[in-house]
Amino acid sequence: MTEREGKSQGGWQLNCPVSLRDYAECVTLAHGEGGRLSRKLIQDRILKILQPVASQSLDDSTRLPHSGQPLAMTTDSFVVTPLFFPGGDIGSLAIYGTVNDLAVSGARPRWLTLSLIIEEGLPLAVLERILESVARAAGETAVQVVAGDTKVVPRGAVDGLFINTAGVGELLEPVPPGPAQLQAGDELIVSGPLGQHGMAVMAVREELGIEPLPQSDSGSLYPAVEQLRLTLGTRIRCLRDATRGGVAAVLHEWAEVCGKTLSIEERTLPVTPEVRGISELLGLDPLHIANEGTMLLAVEQGVAAEAVAQLQMIPGMERASRIGVVRERGVAPVTVQRTLGAEQPLADPLGSPLPRIC
Amino acid sequence: MKYLDEYRDPAAAQRLLAEIRKTATRRWTLMEVCGGQTHSLLRHGIAAELEGTVELIHGPGCPVCVTSQVDIDFACELAQREDMILASFGDMLRVPGSERSLLDVRTAGGQVQVVYSPLDAVRLAQKNPQRQIVFFAVGFETTAPATALAVRQAERDGVQNFSLLVSHVRVQPAMESLVKTPDHRVQAFLAAGHVCTVMGYESYESFVERYQLPVVVTGFEPLDLLEGILACVRQLEQGQARLENCYARAVQAAGNRAARDLVQEIYQINDRTWRGFGVISRGGLELRPEWSHFDARLRFEKSELPVLENDACRSYDVMTGQLKPTDCPEFGKRCSPDSPLGAPMVSSEGACAAYYRYAMPVDHTT
Ligand code: SF4
Repeated sequence: MTEREGKSQGGWQLNCPVSLRDYAECVTLAHGEGGRLSRKLIQDRILKILQPVASQSLDDSTRLPHSGQPLAMTTDSFVVTPLFFPGGDIGSLAIYGTVNDLAVSGARPRWLTLSLIIEEGLPLAVLERILESVARAAGETAVQVVAGDTKVVPRGAVDGLFINTAGVGELLEPVPPGPAQLQAGDELIVSGPLGQHGMAVMAVREELGIEPLPQSDSGSLYPAVEQLRLTLGTRIRCLRDATRGGVAAVLHEWAEVCGKTLSIEERTLPVTPEVRGISELLGLDPLHIANEGTMLLAVEQGVAAEAVAQLQMIPGMERASRIGVVRERGVAPVTVQRTLGAEQPLADPLGSPLPRIC
Repeated sequence: MKYLDEYRDPAAAQRLLAEIRKTATRRWTLMEVCGGQTHSLLRHGIAAELEGTVELIHGPGCPVCVTSQVDIDFACELAQREDMILASFGDMLRVPGSERSLLDVRTAGGQVQVVYSPLDAVRLAQKNPQRQIVFFAVGFETTAPATALAVRQAERDGVQNFSLLVSHVRVQPAMESLVKTPDHRVQAFLAAGHVCTVMGYESYESFVERYQLPVVVTGFEPLDLLEGILACVRQLEQGQARLENCYARAVQAAGNRAARDLVQEIYQINDRTWRGFGVISRGGLELRPEWSHFDARLRFEKSELPVLENDACRSYDVMTGQLKPTDCPEFGKRCSPDSPLGAPMVSSEGACAAYYRYAMPVDHTT
């Protein structure tokens, strides 16, 4: 992890009116000032925990080995409140989120950067717990943390901790061609139950008092993508992790790119009872709720059964399901067949879902 | 959630549809009073299936749609004041007042907090003792007990910095005002099941008698709705006008006694301005004088700004069943959920939003 910026090196230590010991348990603005305290934070707390998954150079940049494969790159920022939620936390979420962006574009995730923007006052124990989670997720997904940055901002400027990442992966053949190649007859599949992450976060953030709590699906999609690449190869058209805006947002994006109608059937959608319960209660549609380890994929006509079978062998994807087809463009870009089979347009999510009154 | 699946079984729904088609010798016009029912009817494709047999028209039953602009304007104003947090259900955030919605105000730095229950607003007040928390209490009789409970809790815990902007509305007076208009088209009512869960349905006895229209208490799941429709059609075919309960699994004649008592204790009936309707006699609830220290209208001075109505919006016609949303000249053109002209397009319970969302074929590609 490199520590790139040094602000007003050392000067504050002479003027600081408060003994350092008072700050032993929390991150302070001083931790971000670039001096000894900054170095101690990075060395003793951050690098120590990340050691198994981080490159140990403290240079301003890191050299990456060249394997001859084309590279894919992505970046993302994680701002979830609360920092810990049923089924995960912001640390593992940052790793999985970045890894998944690479995986669904057909790349094997290899390296990533990790920037921490910490609110003054965050307990060090909390930071350490999150970093341990980062280390675990990075180890599990075999990515190396090659550079990083730490900033501390005044109380109120962020909500505890924000994490920014950049990820680099190696593209593996065959690379899925993408939504522009969708053809009428292609089949649509979802890899797991809908809306788990969004509902898990909402249920704890809003203290909805629901039992059992929905669990976030936060996890790595790479093993599933790898399995599909090996078994289905070029018969996969496109993949996408269905994060903010949920499956509905991905369907709309694809429909816009390919100019076809994407048509799904409600009765085939996997939804857990907990998520369904909250959805009914608040008048929300699980299709619009965020996921963090669930993807939408489109495959060539006739391949869906095999793809679903492959996915169902992967832990956490036992409920993978074929949910619909691609058709020539009708009046709506995305449609859904509800109870009585009538086809209806599916709304493109509009901002964040707001619960209804009655 | 097996409980709900039973009321969504497609085969049973088809059987009821067939029964309704067989029973109706002519096309009947029924009004579903509640916006939640409108949504369910469209979402599950029931309205389309009954095209030609039963015409379903929407009633005034979306509390978000009928909340007066004056109240929304005041809520926006409060949210902008220093040391104040305006707490509201999510639905209310997008509804435009004269110029702005609560969402606009929040974007501009106002303090608007979405809560899921009125008790959350009381907790918010306890967590933020240095701020005034105003809860925007909207909704029909269904939500009134919960806001009444919040008032009682705040009193018990001595929470000084909590008050309500009460905009509760009552369904039955609106139905009355509707059937008194000479050109109304309603032949029978599907009464809102969840309102009756709280208030019971005894009060409909005299309504049925006076106006000689069937009233059938109806739930929200597809089978509930189909059963309610069938009951209406049977009565109409037999030339009857009775009060019937097709939502027995949730509704008792007397409603929920405890909830009713609670509402009685905290609120009294008043005349209320409904958006699009004007003043409806006995159409709302306000805090009783002994609870007036929780009344945000009395606690906080309101600036007298003119209320700007949007002329283009035909929400009154829509909410009285005179106009199908899809026949409004602005529908899907200048008016859509992204840029709504009127409340029925904003609220998730609103009739225009329901049509925009579920009705085919609306060209959503533009
Ligand atoms: S479509 Fe829009 S303008 Fe027309 S009545 Fe509905 S809300 Fe008003």
